[in-house]
Amino acid sequence: MIRVQAEDFDIGAEFARLTADNRNIGGLASFVGLVRDMAPSRTGNAPIGAMTLEHYPGMTEKKLAEIEAEANRRWPLEASLIIHRYGRLEPGDRIVLVATASAHRQAALESCQFLIDWLKTKAPFWKLEETPSGGQWVDARDSDDAAAKRWAAES
Amino acid sequence: MKILYFAWLKGKIGTAEEEVQPPASVTTVAALLDWLEARGAGYAAALANREVVRVAVNQEYAGPDHRVAQGDEIALFPPVTGG
Repeated sequence: MIRVQAEDFDIGAEFARLTADNRNIGGLASFVGLVRDMAPSRTGNAPIGAMTLEHYPGMTEKKLAEIEAEANRRWPLEASLIIHRYGRLEPGDRIVLVATASAHRQAALESCQFLIDWLKTKAPFWKLEETPSGGQWVDARDSDDAAAKRWAAES
Repeated sequence: MKILYFAWLKGKIGTAEEEVQPPASVTTVAALLDWLEARGAGYAAALANREVVRVAVNQEYAGPDHRVAQGDEIALFPPVTGG
């Protein structure tokens, strides 16, 4: 299941819903992304007041659904969930939730990491950080590309 | 065709969305970017470094040789940074 929303989410309630009435699930893995209060800048770490997440409505949902479908092709999943927020978020706020459930832990853990790695390089979201020197668009990181490519090589 | 701009491309070009009518000779993503770049200083600044411009045609990632046509929805944006 895919959700793109401005509102926060309740992790406990989402996990309960994801696993309800499915006794084949033996393991649930999850990743939660949070807003930090510091970000790397050209002059070391800079404090962040908040960030605004922009996205491409339509393509975002399409890409997230494709990524989720790919995870379901690669691993025997009983359930999966991606929630990604947009709009203005403050340090400590939740940004993203990825959760995968399977009969056994390996499929759940691996597919969860796959989903967040692919999401970071394929889903059309952009972060604008509020720094003391003004709004700063976050640059994509080579390490994220490398993490996503690792999964491509294994397929 | 409809062009959408996101993140800093939107800021440099000064609009989030516009309807454009490029000449018939513009049939690929690369040709469209060349045509857009010549439209003004903001466009030129936004498209100066093609390495950091990603393109989607009808909501699918597209390379420079991908075909573009009337009625397409084209989006230009920097490398994504979600998650």
